[in-house]
Amino acid sequence: MADRRYTKSHEWLTVDGKAVTVGITDFAQSQLGDVVFLELPAPGRKLALGESFGVVESVKAASDLYSPVAGRITAVNDKLTAHPELVNSDPYGDGWILKLELSGDVPSDLLDEASYKKIAEA
Amino acid sequence: MLAAIGVSSMDDLLVDIPRSLRLPALELPVGLSEFETMAQMKSLAARNQVFADRLTFRGGGVYRRFIPSAVAAVTSKPEFYSAYTPYQPEASQGTLQAIYEFQTLIAELTALDVANASMYDGATAVAEAAMMAHIHTDRNEVVVAGYLHPEYLEVLRAFSEGRGIKVRKGTEANSKTAAVVFQQPDFLGLLVDAHGLTESAHKAGALAIACVDPISLAILAPPGEYGADIAAGEGQQLGLSPSFGGPHVGFIACRKDLVRRLPGRLIGSSHDAAGRRGFVLTLTAREQHIRRERATSNICTNHSLCALAASVYMTYMGADGLRQVAEVSFKRAHALAERLSALPGWEMAFPERQFLNEFPIRVPKGPAVLRRLARNGILGGLDVHRWFRELKGVLTFTCTEVNDARALDELVEALAS
Repeated sequence: MADRRYTKSHEWLTVDGKAVTVGITDFAQSQLGDVVFLELPAPGRKLALGESFGVVESVKAASDLYSPVAGRITAVNDKLTAHPELVNSDPYGDGWILKLELSGDVPSDLLDEASYKKIAEA
Repeated sequence: MLAAIGVSSMDDLLVDIPRSLRLPALELPVGLSEFETMAQMKSLAARNQVFADRLTFRGGGVYRRFIPSAVAAVTSKPEFYSAYTPYQPEASQGTLQAIYEFQTLIAELTALDVANASMYDGATAVAEAAMMAHIHTDRNEVVVAGYLHPEYLEVLRAFSEGRGIKVRKGTEANSKTAAVVFQQPDFLGLLVDAHGLTESAHKAGALAIACVDPISLAILAPPGEYGADIAAGEGQQLGLSPSFGGPHVGFIACRKDLVRRLPGRLIGSSHDAAGRRGFVLTLTAREQHIRRERATSNICTNHSLCALAASVYMTYMGADGLRQVAEVSFKRAHALAERLSALPGWEMAFPERQFLNEFPIRVPKGPAVLRRLARNGILGGLDVHRWFRELKGVLTFTCTEVNDARALDELVEALAS
């Protein structure tokens, strides 16, 4: 599996060729608390870099989700409809949120694990 | 007091208010005792002309109906009749259960999956329903089909303006349309093709919002049956008096998959630690204190006491009672329509259309007729020309179960004299 990279807005992504998988970080889920609902877009929609594509709702807050790359949505994690708690229990695995087909390049300002940790722990 | 805050006189205290804005003296009469106040209020009230319910033939959104004593017996209990509705489940199981019952009754009546704890009135319920559709579809236009209550339309426009939603009259939805709103029966009392309007909204990917009369649902197809996505309406007829137009109660119900767009309070049934059934505020994440600016609506309250009155009324009447009320009103109104349209110069405004208990009729010299009736202690129909230019000379007359057969005779006699 490709290396996981991170955004300052607490999304993670992995890139495999043109295929990008997106979720929210372990730090994000721990800050949000129990996730109760995700408002997600339909597959096929094109997202610009940094575009808001949905909302994650926890018992404490509702937060926008931002696309870490530009691309077209190829899949949405349907399991989250019935089991939003997967975002808490397995944020980097079964709790993935979107799959995108990358258009253009992967942004150069994404963070590696060490730099993201610094931000999260700051 | 003045000394404590460091000024020497009242004038010093008010020094920041320009002299031109100050009243030289407040000339109020001396205070009255309770007894004198009551006498004064009674003498003022005596100047109103109060029409007997049985001689009131005007509806237009607010109706005189029989209210069983059971309604006030329950709503006047201090546990309910308090200054504020508490929502803490550990302290308020009775209040929460009463709201839960209201939601259940409205969901059953509309044949939809879920209803909220109530809205202020029919107008805000319709406007909130349109906001739900706007958020759900991410579209910016609302189509209003036919004769929606003009005051509901005004409120809908007020809600829409700030959100950049266009409100358009028409029947055809297109790819920009979030919802088609229609009223069944419409403001004039006429039946609309609810099924057809719902279908054409859905074809364009829009939601169908049915504004309905709750009593009518005892004999008409409920919104859930013809596929409407949201039902909204005014609940005054369910045990509340007209009271100069309020407080009344609005209701809103929707399909389950729209529940996160539903505005306001929602009570759910749950279990406590010992497994006993209990009631709680549920899905509060939809609301503004969590979703904040992303919430469908900023409404965080409801008309609980009025909703309770409606719950008691519906429970007390039961399905059969509601049907009886609807049928009696239907029969009386049809009998009246027949007699009125036999008067010289009077004719049904839309003879080809069906109605339940309110109907539009073209009347020669309508305003003069209404004045003559008023002198006879009868509140005649509603002059709808005030809102609709094309309806010159049209009055809408209403009958409910309180307009007995003799009242109809008195009305017709007064008109014939």
